Amino acid sequence: MLVINLIAFVAIFSALMVVFHRSPMVSVVFLIVNLVCIALFFLFLHAQFLFAIQIIVYAGAIMVLFVFVVMLLNLRKEEELLPGWRVQRALAYLGGPLLVGALWTALWRRGRSSEAFPGSFGSGFGTAEDIGQLLFNDYLFQFEAASVLLVVAMIGAVVLARRKES
Amino acid sequence: MEPSILSLVIEALLKVAFVIGLVMGGVTYMTWVERRVAGIIQDRLGPNRVGFAGLLQPIADGLKFLFKEDIIPPHVYKPFYILAPTLIFVPSLLGSTVIPFGDSIHLFGRDIQLQVANLNVGILFIFAMSAMGVYGIALAGWSSNNKFSLMGGLRSSAQLISYELAMGLSVVGVLMVTGSLRLNEVVESQSGFHWNAFTQPIGLLCFVVAAFAETNRAPFDLPECESELVAGYHTEYSSMKFAMFMMAEYANMITAAALMVTLYFGGWQVPGLSKAALSPLAVSLIQVGAFLFKTAFFLFLFVWVRWTLPRFRFDQLMDLGWKALFPLALLQIFITAFCILRGWL
Repeated sequence: MLVINLIAFVAIFSALMVVFHRSPMVSVVFLIVNLVCIALFFLFLHAQFLFAIQIIVYAGAIMVLFVFVVMLLNLRKEEELLPGWRVQRALAYLGGPLLVGALWTALWRRGRSSEAFPGSFGSGFGTAEDIGQLLFNDYLFQFEAASVLLVVAMIGAVVLARRKES
Repeated sequence: MEPSILSLVIEALLKVAFVIGLVMGGVTYMTWVERRVAGIIQDRLGPNRVGFAGLLQPIADGLKFLFKEDIIPPHVYKPFYILAPTLIFVPSLLGSTVIPFGDSIHLFGRDIQLQVANLNVGILFIFAMSAMGVYGIALAGWSSNNKFSLMGGLRSSAQLISYELAMGLSVVGVLMVTGSLRLNEVVESQSGFHWNAFTQPIGLLCFVVAAFAETNRAPFDLPECESELVAGYHTEYSSMKFAMFMMAEYANMITAAALMVTLYFGGWQVPGLSKAALSPLAVSLIQVGAFLFKTAFFLFLFVWVRWTLPRFRFDQLMDLGWKALFPLALLQIFITAFCILRGWL
């Protein structure tokens, strides 16, 4: 329990640092820390497969791209704050409280009802076998549709990025 | 008899000590092997003065690293500069913990699994750790605040993303045959001479090439490429911090070699050993020995290739990863799937 609280603390701290630190590189590193913490939560829920995938895909592959981009731009001078759009600011003031409110309501509801999750997780939840069953039997169509969508997006990106042959 | 918690803790600690000792010992002596083999390949001697045949050279080198002045250049971003060597070294050690180095051994009245952690996502854990190792290199390159280092860091992140895919895909064939992500089940399914190397040669080829790229070894050592980038991401590092980058490289090599043995060459299995009338303890010891021998062979392969092949150009490296290894690994998956469907495997 102590370990979980510690990880939760690190997760929240790193999430705050992502937003508040001025150097983009430090923010990216704290985001990695945050994602690793989430992976550790999966581990404590005995969802080892999700733990590994979270680390490989999010903390690994996707964040490497972030690091890559920040390094390529190497914005040292970005530390002076850019004045955001007015619309952006207005949306931020509006969206932030809304999100907090939604999360708070969700947590409040969850705290009150004893049966938080109606379709309770089986003991094998989050193992490779269980997720395979879910993806390739129960939700095969949705899974394939999502993968087709991703492939289409990928082809689109390749087409857009390709240089014009002259 | 239910084993007490104390004995479990002692068992775990002993296994951890054994594996870390083995990896660190391997790292220490691989530096010596590397230099000696390089010498032999280039028709010279290599280090042969410190101790018999130069065997004490790694100890002398280690002491030298410890006593050298630790210079932190004034233009670096200190937190990441100091953190980076740790970030690269820790995952490289952790990866080795899920590799089974022997069958379970019967000692002091109970079975002991010769593996630090028998995770049910064993192979994914190794991939996760190698994915984490990238940040050490990337951050070292970025925080050094030096063009050469930055280029090294950039190259390594691009290289690792590209080759992780090929590596992951090449292993899928093995996992399809085994039906498990546990590494000791992968080993158990290869009893006798049913080594995956024979049934999945394309996958093996992809895996070996990708492993060379993932460990930043020649001919794929573009991130540190001394002829272009001085020393790449560790240009600004000195003394023990520099040594940690080297140690991480060798630890990664050991994990990669052990993984090749585990996935494709039967791990600790020795064909025909069950027929020989030996005591169980002797059998276990022979199996551990066989595992270490096979791993040593692949470590030698790493060294052999480094001093034989010239370095790739960066665009060639990317082409090889995306246009050759990636389709080949996919082909292996299709072939394996077809064979499983027809009941041949």
